Amino acid sequence: MSPQLEYVLRTVEERGVRFVQLWFTDVLGSLKGFAITPAELESALEEGMTFDGSAIEGYSRVQESDMLAMPDPSTFEIVPWRGDDAPVARMFCDIQLLSGDAFDGDPRNVLRRNLGRAREHGYTFFAGPEIEYFYFRSATEPEPLDHAGFFDLTHTDIANELRRRTILTLEAMGIPVEYSFHENGPSQHEIDLRYTDALSMADNVMTFRMVVKRIASELGVHATFMPKPIAGAFGSGMHAHLSLFEGDVNAFHDAGDPHGLSKVGKHFVAGLLRHASEITAITNQTVNSYKRLIAGYEAPTYISWARNNESALVRVPNPKRGKESSTRVEFRSPDPACNPYLAFAVMLAAGMKGVEEGYDLPEEATNNIFEMTPAARIAAGIDLLPQSLAEALDVMEESELVADALGDHVFDYFIRNKRREWNSYKEQVTPWELDRYLGSL
Amino acid sequence: MSEPILVFPDPPPALLVQTLDLGGYAWKAVGNAAIATANETTDGWGGAIIAADTDPEGALSLCRTLRKRDAVLEPLLMLVTGAQLGELGEREDLFDDFCLTPFHPQELEARLRHLMWRAGRGSAPELVEYGDLMLNLETYQAGLSGKPLDLTYMEYELLKFFATHPAKVFTREQLLSRVWGYEYYGGARTVDVHVRRLRAKLGEEHASLIQTVRSVGYRFGQTRAF
Repeated sequence: MSPQLEYVLRTVEERGVRFVQLWFTDVLGSLKGFAITPAELESALEEGMTFDGSAIEGYSRVQESDMLAMPDPSTFEIVPWRGDDAPVARMFCDIQLLSGDAFDGDPRNVLRRNLGRAREHGYTFFAGPEIEYFYFRSATEPEPLDHAGFFDLTHTDIANELRRRTILTLEAMGIPVEYSFHENGPSQHEIDLRYTDALSMADNVMTFRMVVKRIASELGVHATFMPKPIAGAFGSGMHAHLSLFEGDVNAFHDAGDPHGLSKVGKHFVAGLLRHASEITAITNQTVNSYKRLIAGYEAPTYISWARNNESALVRVPNPKRGKESSTRVEFRSPDPACNPYLAFAVMLAAGMKGVEEGYDLPEEATNNIFEMTPAARIAAGIDLLPQSLAEALDVMEESELVADALGDHVFDYFIRNKRREWNSYKEQVTPWELDRYLGSL
Repeated sequence: MSEPILVFPDPPPALLVQTLDLGGYAWKAVGNAAIATANETTDGWGGAIIAADTDPEGALSLCRTLRKRDAVLEPLLMLVTGAQLGELGEREDLFDDFCLTPFHPQELEARLRHLMWRAGRGSAPELVEYGDLMLNLETYQAGLSGKPLDLTYMEYELLKFFATHPAKVFTREQLLSRVWGYEYYGGARTVDVHVRRLRAKLGEEHASLIQTVRSVGYRFGQTRAF
């Protein structure tokens, strides 16, 4: 038995762990899982646990519904919210078919496959997200905590307490936090995670969403990662800071470049830009996502890059002097309702395509992009991001790059599922329409 | 424990060689401090036995050097004659235990075994202690001020390596090859990521146990006041 497996078994025994939760993610990015007892753990680690995949969004067709969840022992953590008397642990799982082959519909497997391709070129992909979200009084109305009294705590007390508990829990689970602060919107918060390899980061984002929601509900509050819960207020994004390393060297850094960005870095940005529209359905996967991607709220709308412009799609921050390894590019369209495994996979695929094909980096956007007429923008070759989920799906459906990155199983399921979501939305008559048309038409 | 015990003088007394070999201890004879440093493996010495009967000056000078280093060499056992006993009084800091020579092999082995156990190198419960931090190498459990620390396997392995090699500076590559033990695809950045995770779990108060040594790597332990 490998020392890693022995470590897990021994820790479960020593700490008196009662249940081990096996976590995995469906195609749409919801956390799924089931619990096993310590008695089942050893065989689970060695042979996997069988479960019915037909109940999981995007997993299996009925005729082959039994699948295996193989726990990844490197992700073994005691979950800190259960207390010391009956500790519970969790592991993320890789999903396999009964034959033992990796399952194409498992988002973790999709990301692994894309990371493997980058590794063939000698690159490791690192990601650090800035995650925004709101706290509301309930899950039915977007009513901010900042309004109205809340028990005997003032809103600052409860917001501080929520943030304190969240960060302590994240750190106890080995998810280091870089910054956290109150955002622009009422009751909106942002927590930035320290960069790590993209697979661990996708696991971290899943854990993060779970921790934030759980701690909020302990205090009787609802936390939401809905991209645009309040019209007229800022939406919630998940800006992703991305970099490639060749061993110990940041492949995006070049001391000889006036702005410190290497050729590889420029090609990567060019790849992100050229394929941005194709990957948008994945990075912004809900109908509501496109209500965030509008002008005026620091969300990107045009496919452009800049060093310092809060509205550009790709921002290239200047690294601090002496901190060359922090050279990175910031992709600003994703929102926190995405499936992080798939989102990191398509961002990597788009960037790597630019590196492999040596795409040229277009001109940096200047402020006057936003003052140009639509015709002038088209003449300058500056495109808009897709304006709706339907438009994003149309572009994605034509994309070889996305089909290749996701694999047929996930690609087909995703398009089918999201077309249904769009059709269901289309059938609605919204309050805005009633307000606008009922009286006058 | 595989790190060799440093033995002085070179060549050592025949009975000492025989006792160590019978006890299954790895050892290496050195003639002076310079040779001691030159022959030290990256894991350091597993302890030292300094016989002071034939060359008292050289023996004491070697003890002083070994105990003054950042990574204090311990445990250190001195072999002294009855006539030298009186001189030990003011040099308590230079050794952990002593044994009269000519010695009885069984007494020497018993003292050595006890010293090794106390230093966390013995075969009895393998405990590594550093300040508030405690690692039980047998049960894989780590604790801080008596409270269990929940670690992943690699975090545990890294902390164990640090705690058993305090005060030494390691580069990321060294840590990668010593702790991960193979060409891990994350490269040396993996080390940074795990150090950050460990610091987060150690908490604010103890995060500084793992110090970043600028443009070199990491060192474990309290900052020494010079």
